[in-house]
Amino acid sequence: MAFNIYDFTPLTKSIHDSLSASLNPTATLAVEWLIVGVAYLLFVALFGLFLVYAERKVCAAFQQRLGPMRVGPWGLLQTIADFIKLLMKELITPKRADKFLYNLAPFIVIIATFMAISVIPFAPGLASFDFDIGVFFVTAVSSVSVIGVLLAGWSSNNKYSLIGAMRSGAQIVSYELSVGLALITMIIFAGTMQISGIIEGQRDLWFIFRGHVPAVIAFLVFVIAGTAETNRGPFDLAEAESELTAGFHTEYSGIKFAFFFLAEYINLFIVAAMATIVFLGGWMPLHFGQFEAFNGVMDLIPGLIWFFLKVFAVIFLMMWFKWTFPRLRVDHILNLEWKYLLPINLMNIILMTLVVLLGLHF
Amino acid sequence: MEEYKEILLTSDEIKTDDYLVNMGPQHPSTHGVLRLLVKLEGEKVLNVQPHIGYIHSGIEKMTESLSYIQIPHLTDRMDYLAAHMNNEAVSLCVEKGLQVEVPERAKYIRTIFDELQRLASHQLWWCAFGMDMGALTTFFYGLRDREDILDIFEETCGARLTLNYSVPGGVMFDIHPNFQRDVKAFIKKFRQKLPEYERLLTGNVIFQERTKGVGILSKEDAIAYGVTGPSARASGFSCDIRKKQPYSAYPYVKFKEILGTDGDTFTRYHLRILEMYESMNIIEQLIDNIPEGDYAVKMKGVTKLPEGEYYQRVETGRGEFGVYIISDGKKNPYRMKFRSPGFSNLFAINNIAKGWKIADLVAIMGTFDLVIPDIDR
Repeated sequence: MAFNIYDFTPLTKSIHDSLSASLNPTATLAVEWLIVGVAYLLFVALFGLFLVYAERKVCAAFQQRLGPMRVGPWGLLQTIADFIKLLMKELITPKRADKFLYNLAPFIVIIATFMAISVIPFAPGLASFDFDIGVFFVTAVSSVSVIGVLLAGWSSNNKYSLIGAMRSGAQIVSYELSVGLALITMIIFAGTMQISGIIEGQRDLWFIFRGHVPAVIAFLVFVIAGTAETNRGPFDLAEAESELTAGFHTEYSGIKFAFFFLAEYINLFIVAAMATIVFLGGWMPLHFGQFEAFNGVMDLIPGLIWFFLKVFAVIFLMMWFKWTFPRLRVDHILNLEWKYLLPINLMNIILMTLVVLLGLHF
Repeated sequence: MEEYKEILLTSDEIKTDDYLVNMGPQHPSTHGVLRLLVKLEGEKVLNVQPHIGYIHSGIEKMTESLSYIQIPHLTDRMDYLAAHMNNEAVSLCVEKGLQVEVPERAKYIRTIFDELQRLASHQLWWCAFGMDMGALTTFFYGLRDREDILDIFEETCGARLTLNYSVPGGVMFDIHPNFQRDVKAFIKKFRQKLPEYERLLTGNVIFQERTKGVGILSKEDAIAYGVTGPSARASGFSCDIRKKQPYSAYPYVKFKEILGTDGDTFTRYHLRILEMYESMNIIEQLIDNIPEGDYAVKMKGVTKLPEGEYYQRVETGRGEFGVYIISDGKKNPYRMKFRSPGFSNLFAINNIAKGWKIADLVAIMGTFDLVIPDIDR
């Protein structure tokens, strides 16, 4: 097999060729689906666990602690041990809960996450879908998860859960707007919604530098609204531990709880990945116009590493928020969106349109 | 909206239940086994009804079968964050009854311990308040510095939380030879760390938005409900027992009674931070001047208080703590009553939390710094 760390197209092509050599087209497609599905499952499970570990270490660093240290070297196996514990725990369904919806809710949340992650390209040639409405698709499917959260809160037959779900509904519906508008700003600049096209447009310079002022504003808005969309602190009203014990997933235990938990971290990854793709050039190396030597050195670092470096930088930023800021109140969170972010966003779109029309960008 | 309400109400068909939520007895932000029956309308709090007594331990009744020397050792289980102040209050009350004059050295040591305890109490309050607001990192900042105080306590009296240090007649042991050095080192360190607290929480925009103007307790209400301590001083009610009826070494020190004007959550919060600075000032005035001499007077084996009633108040981290003894001349008290600050402070919450959001209720409760065994006794 032709393995090339800089471009995965030969690898995927050779797998496809060797499969089609021995199987008919339908079977080839089925096997490829299976491979891709298993790959995503493994990635989501392992990467989710790793993110949980990373969060615990990052938060420990902020809090002058060591974090998990006992299970495995530097506590690396801690989250795996936790996950096994969650798998073995009893699944409790509260009395008089709406059983069907109660059991359905975690699956809706996790399915929405899987769908959103499917369009994200990790490296050149390492993406499963690439169609002309890629960015739109991500925002569309990631907002499906709010239905799962609402159902979880409603069906649990718990007052805390219901309050948490209502908060979550109000919050996600509002912040969808900001996420969408921030992305639209960049789509105006890129001229395409296709993810590969957006990344290709950043070959010379990332959009956050090329689009200067409006792009930076859009980036900030996107990170704020994205944090809110993932229900993470300081926007973790839906599970506000000190007010609602655990919010919408108070009653969930075992693997169903693990689904919510995993979905939260994968959503974190998706938001960071979208920020990376749209603003920071996806897997594109850092290039500066005329500096050939510099660009050459940057090209030596594979796209896969570039992508994950940028994603982790954004994730770190979002963890930093979470472990520093107090929680917002429910009316403040809506004020922030409707009174500040939305008008800023709309102005920013006009600004971006002017920048594009007048060619003021780099 | 109003017209719709009319229609709905006149049709007389729709009956709605109150949305009642039990906060507690097991809840992350009640800081113990307190149960609040909260009536909600959406996010809005309509009524808060505290239910107490989940860890009632009958300390007042138990004292009736204990001698006056034994009683202080029970009291640090009540307000465990003001263990020394509780011990001291009983000691002072018994000393008042016996008309014993404690040595100057004991007075100084007690006062330094009072202020260290107040610092530790306010630090833990700050940790927990940050958590109530959703800022989890504060917890570790506060505990880090509190650890130093607890180490100082441990060095001198062997205990970290329930000190059992103050006894009728003085203090139980002399201070550790390193005591003065350690306290000075701590103060030096904490003077640098306290601004860090302010940078982390006080200056935060989200924090200010959530606390300024929220849950205003008027001065009249504070007096009417018997609210004391920092919570009442934030409303401008001057009630510091250290100033009003100075005890131990407080007459010898100069310090400000910090008063607020607004009475909102932010003032209650910030007042405690300022009190920490003030506590450090008090300790600095005393620590180099601890007089030589005995640390306690010798007490008789069996102590009998003359017949009569005795009352002594002290200022704990939460407010006014009072000890009331009725003696019939025997070796046990006839009746003993503790006036705990948390009890009165708790019942002021309903009045000021009405109309605010659930998150504000948690914040308001946080600024009253409730310690549940102090309420239940």
